[in-house]
Amino acid sequence: MILIQFLNGLSTAMLLFLLASGLTLIFGVLRVINFAHGSLYMLGAYFTYSVAVFSGSYWVSLLAAPVFVACAAGLIERFFLRRLYVREHEFQLLLLYSFVLIIDDATKAFWGTSIRMVPKPAALTGSIEILGRAFPTYTLLIIGLGPLVALALFLALNGTKIGRQVVAASLDREAASAVGLNVPFLYSVVFVFGAWLSGVGGAVVAPLRGASPGMGMEIIIMSFAVVIVGGLGSIWGAFLGALLLGEVLAFGTLIVPNLIVLLPYAIMILIFLVRPQGLLGRGGG
Amino acid sequence: MKDRSASFVRRLLPFLAAGALVVYPLALPRFYSSLAIEIFIMALFALSFNLMFGYAGMLSFGHAVFYGIGAYTAALVLKHAAESMALAIACSMAVSFVAALVIGFICVRFTRTYFIMLTVAFGELVYVIGHRLVGVTGGDDGLVGIPIPQISLPGLPVIDLSNMRVYYYFSLVIVAAAAVVLRIIVKSRFGHVLRAIRDSQQRALFLGLNVRRHLLLCYALAGLFAGLAGALLVPFEGMVSLETLHFSTSGNPIIVSILGGTQFFLGPVVGAAIFILVKDTVQNVAEFWMLWMGIILVATVMFLPGGVVGFVARFKPFRSAAGIAKKEE
Repeated sequence: MILIQFLNGLSTAMLLFLLASGLTLIFGVLRVINFAHGSLYMLGAYFTYSVAVFSGSYWVSLLAAPVFVACAAGLIERFFLRRLYVREHEFQLLLLYSFVLIIDDATKAFWGTSIRMVPKPAALTGSIEILGRAFPTYTLLIIGLGPLVALALFLALNGTKIGRQVVAASLDREAASAVGLNVPFLYSVVFVFGAWLSGVGGAVVAPLRGASPGMGMEIIIMSFAVVIVGGLGSIWGAFLGALLLGEVLAFGTLIVPNLIVLLPYAIMILIFLVRPQGLLGRGGG
Repeated sequence: MKDRSASFVRRLLPFLAAGALVVYPLALPRFYSSLAIEIFIMALFALSFNLMFGYAGMLSFGHAVFYGIGAYTAALVLKHAAESMALAIACSMAVSFVAALVIGFICVRFTRTYFIMLTVAFGELVYVIGHRLVGVTGGDDGLVGIPIPQISLPGLPVIDLSNMRVYYYFSLVIVAAAAVVLRIIVKSRFGHVLRAIRDSQQRALFLGLNVRRHLLLCYALAGLFAGLAGALLVPFEGMVSLETLHFSTSGNPIIVSILGGTQFFLGPVVGAAIFILVKDTVQNVAEFWMLWMGIILVATVMFLPGGVVGFVARFKPFRSAAGIAKKEE
C-alpha cells in the first residue's frame, strides 16, 4: 500500500516536473513567470486528443501535439512577447495573462466544455503486479519519463553549445550579450522549448485524465508551488520541489484527505516565510 | 479665445457629467440602469485595485479575495443579523480590511514575481476554503435568497433598494463617495509616498520611509474598498456565488485598469465602462466573451500602454477633458 502510494506520488511528481522545469527555465532566462504555461499544457492535451482521433494512434499524437504547442508559443513569442522585452516586466506578464484568457476560451469554443478522453495506447493498457498489487503500466511510463527529461535537460544545458549559452544568458544577460551571444534568439529558444515541455506534459496526461477546460488553472497553481519550493530558476530545485509536492499530495490523501486541497498552498506559504529563495534557489526575483 | 472656451468647457464638464448621470435612469429603460450599476461596482473594484497597482506598483492576481469576502460578509449580515444595508456595508469593509491586513502582512514582504505568485496562491487558498466551508458560503450553490433591505431615514420616504432605478442612485452615491475618498488618499502625503515607493523601493528606504508599513496600509485599504464593491453586489444580484472569489474575478480589475489606463485616476472607471459594455455586447452574439476581452487586452498592452484615457489625452482637443483624469506623476 505504501509503495503503491509512493509510486502514485512519483507519477504526479514527474508530471509536475515536466511543467515546472519549463516554467523555471523560462523564468531563469526571460525573468518572467509564464502565466500561460498551464494553458499551453491544456492545449497540449486537446491537441493530443484531436491528433489521436485524426490519426488513430496515440504515439503519433504524443510526438505531434507538443510540437504544435511549441509552434503556438513560438508565434506568441515572435509576434507579441518579443516586442515587450524593452518595457517593464509587468507588461510581459499581462500579455501572457491575456493569452490565458484567449487560449482558455478558444479551447472551450473549439472543443466544447465537456471532458475529452484519449484512449490509452494499446501496449500500455495493462498493469504490472508490484508486491501483490496491480499497478497500471502507463503510470510507470510517466515515472520513467521524469528522470529521462531531467537527465536530457542536464545534458542539453551543460553539454551543448546552445545549452551553455542559455545558462550564460540566465546568469547575466548584459554580459552574455556583450560577448556576442544572440540573446533574443536564446529567449525564443527557451520560451518555445519550455512550452514544448508543457505540451509533453499535456500529451502524457491526456490518456490518464483526459482534456478538460479547468486543467490549466489547476496545474499552473501546482507548478507555482513547485518552483517556489524548489527555487525559481533552478532545474534541480524544480525536480526536488516536484518530488516533494507529489509525495506530499499522495500521502496527504491517505492521512488528511479533507485538508489535501490546502496542502500545496500551505507548503508554498511556509517556504515563503522560512526560505523565500526556495530550497535550491540562488535568490533574487 | 480658444483657450478661454476650452477652460469653460472643462469647468462645465463635471456638471454636465453629473447631470447626465442623474437623468440617465429616468430617460432609459430599466435594463440600462442595471447595466450602469454593473459598471459602478466594477469601477469601484478596479479603483481599489489600481490604488495598489497604479500608485504603489503592486500587481495582485488575488484581489477577488477581498471582493468576495465583502460580498459574503454583506450577505451573511443581511441574512442572519439585520436587514440593514449600512450595517452590511460597514461589516464588509471591516472584514475585508482585516483580511487584507493579514494576507498583506505576508505579501508585501516580497516584490515583483514573488509578490504576484503569492497573491495567486492566497487567491486560490481562499477560494478553496470558500468552496469547502459549505456551512458559511453555501459552497458551489453560493448564498441565495438574501433579503434586500430598505432604508428608512426620518423625514424621508422609505428607500426600496430592490427597485433597480433606486439602487442605481444608491450605488452611484456610494461609489462616487468612495472615489472621492480614494482621490483624497491618492493626493495625500501617503499617496505621494506610495508613488515614491513604486518608482524605487530602494530610494524610498534611503529616505527613511517605512516601505513595508506603507505598502501594507495601501494593500489593506485596497482590500477595504474591494470589500465595499463586493457588498454593493449583494442587493443587486440578490445572491452571492462562489465565482466572486475565483481567479477569473481577480483578473477583472486588472483588465479594467489596463484598459482604462493605470496612470490616470479615472482610468479604471473608463475601463469598467468599456469592459461591461463589451461583455454585454459580445454575450448577445457569442458564448465565450473572454476570448474577445483577451484580444482587446493584448492590443492594449501592445499598443496603448497608457490605456484608453492615455490614448485620448494625446490629442489636443480632448486634453482638457482628460485633464479631469489628470496623469499622476
